[in-house]
Amino acid sequence: MATPRFWREIPSRYNLIGTKCGSCGTLDFPPRAVCPKCGRKSVGKMMKQKLSGIGTIISYTIVYDAPSSFDLLKPYVLAVIELKEGARLTSQIINVEPGDVKIGMRVEAVFRKLGQEGEAGILQYGYKFKPVTGQGKSPATA
Amino acid sequence: MVAGIVSYGGYVPRYRITPKEIGNVWGVDGEAMGRSLGITAKSVPSPDEDVITISVEAARACLRKVDVAPTDIGAIYVGSESHPYAVKPTATVVAEAIGSTPVMTAADFEFACKAGTAAIQACMGLTLSDMIKYGMAVGSDTSQGAPGDALEFSASAGGAALLIGKENLIAEINHTVSYTTDTPDFWRREGQQYPSHGGRFTGEPAYFKHVMSCAKLLMEKAKSKPEDYNYAVFHQPNGKFPVKVGRTLGFEDKQLDAGMLVRSIGNTYSGAVLLGLCSILDRAVPGDRIFMVGYGSGAGSDAFDITVTSNIKKLKHAETIEEMTRDAKFLDYGTYAKFRGKLRMRGD
Ligand SMILES: [Zn+2]
Repeated sequence: MATPRFWREIPSRYNLIGTKCGSCGTLDFPPRAVCPKCGRKSVGKMMKQKLSGIGTIISYTIVYDAPSSFDLLKPYVLAVIELKEGARLTSQIINVEPGDVKIGMRVEAVFRKLGQEGEAGILQYGYKFKPVTGQGKSPATA
Repeated sequence: MVAGIVSYGGYVPRYRITPKEIGNVWGVDGEAMGRSLGITAKSVPSPDEDVITISVEAARACLRKVDVAPTDIGAIYVGSESHPYAVKPTATVVAEAIGSTPVMTAADFEFACKAGTAAIQACMGLTLSDMIKYGMAVGSDTSQGAPGDALEFSASAGGAALLIGKENLIAEINHTVSYTTDTPDFWRREGQQYPSHGGRFTGEPAYFKHVMSCAKLLMEKAKSKPEDYNYAVFHQPNGKFPVKVGRTLGFEDKQLDAGMLVRSIGNTYSGAVLLGLCSILDRAVPGDRIFMVGYGSGAGSDAFDITVTSNIKKLKHAETIEEMTRDAKFLDYGTYAKFRGKLRMRGD
């Protein structure tokens, strides 16, 4: 991802800042300039809102054939997560064996390195999700 | 008016490797090596973890325990010898990720393993002079030893953050002193992947001389004796040095044990003494007095005399260091080498 675009997305990638429509109350993540339901009515009424980072796995897939920047992490889990506030997003799930991931698993956002622009480029950081600690997870595989 | 600790938080990566597993690869008795270092395992960062992510996680863990507005934090200093960028501060990412920007100051500190304690002192000065309301001092590292080097058995990853201020203190910092000389015991030149060290030279004239001198200075200043403290924590490059220095000064093992994280997670460099302090604060009760001495090669020591207040009971419940380190996953050397970039990948 190009540096300027990543820089603009820092608030949402670091701190899960979404938008709430001041007209109908719909929450969007990533943030939007206009509410998809209200259209023009929402212009100027979109408010920033920080999301909790707590959510539930709605669906997931295990990725074996990863892009080169994810080579060191494969196989890894990519999931659609519904946040407590209702917004949905896609994220990698970490700190769990792919076989232990379940639909309905409670997850929370953590801060990780997402990628880099080659060996000399900027490092990109943002959210990934991990299972909420202490929810009957299988004991540490040793 | 004294400055002190308003909150604290630590972070230790989930992965571990044992000295035995490292020794198997290099044809040495890793178990014996582990015993001589006093280390049963060391933490290993995942490929998507570095000093920036560890510092952010520690800073967030610190803020989860209190109701402090991030914008009231006027300074963030991150001490490390493994900052991901040679030029571009770790501290700016931490500041953005906890919501402290933009009206604040930030910088990265570097003094081998004691950059985090140097950051505490800088934050104390800024709060005591009323330049800022709160300051955050972070010490974190993902240090590496060259493959096959003795350092590879202990160099690990982790970090901790302390919120420093003058109000709502969970622990008052009664005194702090430092002891600094030009001593070439351990170094890394710009552009070098792994550090160099002076072998046996790293012990007596470096670690022991500076830690002992600084500890004695602190007790002179505080007019205190080892038995006045409930806990003591020393920089811990391995499990042996801090115990030796503690016993020589007159501390008993029961004062040292709570802060000896090195035994189960290895040497977290700039994170070591701060994570030890976090582990102590996790179990401390009002009135407990803590003796802390950091050490950084090159060389210097910072020492702190700390008293826990009744506010420690008001902290919001959060995961303790012990709970965090319980969820460990052990790696084989191949996976470890892959995680730590010790293999040259196609296209590198
Ligand atoms: Zn709307």
